[in-house]
Amino acid sequence: MMKEIFITDYNCVTPLGFNVNSNWSSLLEGKSGVALHKITENQEAVYASMIDSEKLNEEFSKNFENQSFTRLEKMILLSLKPLIESHPVTADTALILSTTKGNVSLLKNQTVLPEGAYLAVLAQKIADFFGFKAKPIVVSNACVSGVMAIAVAKNMIQAGQYKDAFVIAGDEITEFVISGFNSFQAIGTEACKPYDKNRNGINIGEAGAAVYITSSPSETEKFRFKVSGDSAVNDANHISGPSRTGDGLYASIRNAMAEAKVSSEHIDFISAHGTATLYNDEMEAIAFNRMELQNAPLNSMKGYYGHCLGASGLLESIISMESARHHTLLPSKNFEEMGISQPLNIIKENQTATIQYILKTASGFGGCNAAVVLEKC
Amino acid sequence: MPQWYWKNVKMNMMKKITACTLENSKITVDGNLIFESESNTFPEFAKEAYKNLELNYPKFHKMDSLSKLAFLAAEMILKDGDHSRTALVLANKSSSLDTDFKYQESINSQENYFPSPAVFVYTLPNICVGEISIKHKMQTENAFFVLDEFDENFLNNYSEQLLRSGKADKVLCGWVELFQENYKAFVYLLTL
Repeated sequence: MMKEIFITDYNCVTPLGFNVNSNWSSLLEGKSGVALHKITENQEAVYASMIDSEKLNEEFSKNFENQSFTRLEKMILLSLKPLIESHPVTADTALILSTTKGNVSLLKNQTVLPEGAYLAVLAQKIADFFGFKAKPIVVSNACVSGVMAIAVAKNMIQAGQYKDAFVIAGDEITEFVISGFNSFQAIGTEACKPYDKNRNGINIGEAGAAVYITSSPSETEKFRFKVSGDSAVNDANHISGPSRTGDGLYASIRNAMAEAKVSSEHIDFISAHGTATLYNDEMEAIAFNRMELQNAPLNSMKGYYGHCLGASGLLESIISMESARHHTLLPSKNFEEMGISQPLNIIKENQTATIQYILKTASGFGGCNAAVVLEKC
Repeated sequence: MPQWYWKNVKMNMMKKITACTLENSKITVDGNLIFESESNTFPEFAKEAYKNLELNYPKFHKMDSLSKLAFLAAEMILKDGDHSRTALVLANKSSSLDTDFKYQESINSQENYFPSPAVFVYTLPNICVGEISIKHKMQTENAFFVLDEFDENFLNNYSEQLLRSGKADKVLCGWVELFQENYKAFVYLLTL
């Protein structure tokens, strides 16, 4: 019998707020972090969900004495701090960082590789700051990293390597990322519209997020979500295009649900990936239908936060648990007209619901997919 | 019982079937030299190895160096046998920084601003896992970790969990590190 693993605390730093409560109230009002921003000189402005740097610095200086951190590090440290304050770090506590590009902004105009660009150096900096003894682990699996990091924490605690874990995630908007997605013509020309007939691409976003995961929750925890099942199966189809059949996502969901011992009718809510590119959303619709999940209420958070890359999966998991705690399903923002070939139960307005089983999924470059089942206890 | 003891016992319950090392212009499998070349650079070495080993997989030529490294090492181990339930768990230190650095050069100046999607797609370390999965049609569990040094204990624990939970029958596990002219791959196949 495997140990049961629980999420008992979380926090996030986004354009909609620097803690979970402020994010939740903004989401209830339907606010979005997405707006037009000039990211690169001599290039057109793009829609992106960007944290105001002045506000970030102000918040950071209120919370930390030492100010010598990059913008991304500030986002991550701010999201992690309240969790560390209520859960002691021991020699058996893991720090797992989910990120795709870390401090890639440091590469600009450099002829020699700066140390800070190494993802392990970024993770170690955070670990040292909060006095972690165990070596930090970085999960870097494109856009599924955040979902997978939850699974890694669960699996490594079950394997007996750690007693508990802080899972942190962060990615920021950079010229590097914007230019790259632009070169793929994947960036939308307006606020993104996941699953909508008129969708035309993604908005990039940025966020910091943190989750506390343990096998022995204390009696005083405000809530508990069991990480009941997980899986991350590759499409083995194409490195930059989603599978036409949804094979990898389908298998990931199937395995995660089998491990969680739940069937499709048990799933109360799906927090999907929904990037608003033509192919991704269609692929997801196919995979969900193959699993007979077309009736489960579903949303994409990309209309609120854009695509926060390595942070997206963790941030969206946090918001879905918050949904369950508040018995409230949030609409898939900017969705109007069905734009996929298979039916999905896309949430159109705030609605009350009992949410016990959450399915969180993600898919990304390299053909990767990930799914976790979270159970409200 | 001290925790290290328990960890060691657990490790011994897994079997390492076969291992491949790729460094210093040499490929060895279970200690036997498979290929060696005089080439000084990784791209040259990779090209010669591809030819010599008669891989016949034209997609190889469009891969970045990290993917070529991981692909060559994995090929030595995966070329035989059924891998429909073999998971891939790889790790390195430099993530995709070798390609990140090249990509950044293409957007550094406004006069020479030529971001290429073919380069950008390789600015993620897990792309090499995707390349191996495509070659061997492995719709299986996969993960990529970035660590400051090779940590066999961590990778084996993670792999063992995949095996014990029934999500895989075998795991191709290991280290695929590359930045500019420095490279080393060490990959091995694990079962319970």
